[in-house]
Amino acid sequence: MLEALSYDFMQNALIAGIIVSFLSGIIGSLIVVNRMVFLAGGIAHASYGGIGIAIFSGIPIFLGTSVFAIIAALFMAFITMNKRESIDVFVGLVWAVGMAIGIILIDLTPGYNADLMSYLFGSILAVNDNDLYFMGSLFVIILFVITFWYRDILAVSYDSEYAALSGTNVKFFYTLILVLSAMTGVIAIKVVGLILVIALLTIPIYIAQNISSSLYSMMITSGFIATAFTIVGLWISYSFNLTSGACIILVSALSLMIFMLYLKLK
Amino acid sequence: MQLQINNNFAQTVIEIENLSFSYDKDLVLEDINLKVFDKDFLAIIGPNGGGKSTLIKLILGINKVNKGSIKFFDTPLGKKNLDIGYVPQNTNVNINFPIKVVEVVLMGHKKNKTPLFGYKKEEINHAIDVLKQVKMQEYANSKIGSLSGGQRQRVMIARALYSNPKILLLDEPTSNIDADGQSHIYELLKNLNKKVTIVVISHDLSIILDYATKVAYINKKLSSHDVSGMRKDFATKNKHICEVELLEMLGKCKC
Repeated sequence: MLEALSYDFMQNALIAGIIVSFLSGIIGSLIVVNRMVFLAGGIAHASYGGIGIAIFSGIPIFLGTSVFAIIAALFMAFITMNKRESIDVFVGLVWAVGMAIGIILIDLTPGYNADLMSYLFGSILAVNDNDLYFMGSLFVIILFVITFWYRDILAVSYDSEYAALSGTNVKFFYTLILVLSAMTGVIAIKVVGLILVIALLTIPIYIAQNISSSLYSMMITSGFIATAFTIVGLWISYSFNLTSGACIILVSALSLMIFMLYLKLK
Repeated sequence: MQLQINNNFAQTVIEIENLSFSYDKDLVLEDINLKVFDKDFLAIIGPNGGGKSTLIKLILGINKVNKGSIKFFDTPLGKKNLDIGYVPQNTNVNINFPIKVVEVVLMGHKKNKTPLFGYKKEEINHAIDVLKQVKMQEYANSKIGSLSGGQRQRVMIARALYSNPKILLLDEPTSNIDADGQSHIYELLKNLNKKVTIVVISHDLSIILDYATKVAYINKKLSSHDVSGMRKDFATKNKHICEVELLEMLGKCKC
């Protein structure tokens, strides 16, 4: 592992992995306590439409994907607030239509050798410096937003009816949580791929939820657990020349099994 | 029908006049008139779907009044009711949520300023004080999910008390709580009643009759009765009084 770190791409991969791990720890905690896993999964997959638009029109991929993901998140927020009885239908719809748009647009892009796989399963070893700057700034923005509005976000997540009674703008914060998870999804796609985003956004969080007594400590704990999974996964991926995203997820799943066994035997 | 017996000098906390409310075309509440006086302990009873929770939601401003009026200390209901403490019906939701008891109580903080970073020391001290009132201070740093149903209900009452309300509204505070926990809750409410007005929705008749001073029966329309003077007339410790018996009893009283 140490000699691997002498390569630039490996250093970038490690930094990107740590940023994504902490982000998914923080945002994943919010997604899980708000029971939005399906919604977040829908948004993450719909983001593929953004990748298609970016490639087709030649704009930076992170930018195209972020804008598209945020629009998908706003749409999801609108649906959850106004068509509560048919949420799952619309989530499925956004999920599928987003991906379809992406695939068609990549088909239509002349000369582009579509590498769908790298977006499905991630390409952490191809993270460049610009990607890191983008991830870093997004991380700082999300950290700032969460710190600033922690009490409101906590209140809306725990008991939205009561939060509304005490004067909190529940719709705003609900939408905010969805937008933040959309942005996190965009970054996580790069590292573990969109198929596997949801596992990274849930497995470390499930473990942390069982050992944390506050949302704040759950976020931090999830971040550290996810970092450990990412580093171990990367190391296995490097040593045995396997797909990195899949390694990270399998390490997480295996650890989850051990953790559940531990809970049972305790 | 209005109720003003023995209350000529007490201050009116809530005054409801000619209130009707409908969801779409279904009339849920019709021509409700009700006065709640300072230090009243009013129990609201009635069948499911009779409009009990709707009335509470109208008082809280969750539902908008479309006919008639609700006044709170002689002023029409505002958007934020700083002086109303509310304990919702279902406190068993989100049990796995990683949150400490003291944080739940701090949510009783009413918004009157822009967002805050973290918690201030005086806010935490106040939350601990409120927890002392419901005898839960030793659990301040426990996870909410580790408490029993009755303890959790006391925390929810503490959250409602955090903003020092003049009136406490509780929606079936003892459903899903064991008998022991129930009597704890009612003893607690009795103590709190020395300082605040209490309005409680409940099916828990035998206990309500031990503690409530007034009963309002709501089934689309409202009829209210003073029960403070009649408690000695029947066995209050009898835990088997059913709603029918109560209604018979109320029919016999002079109100």
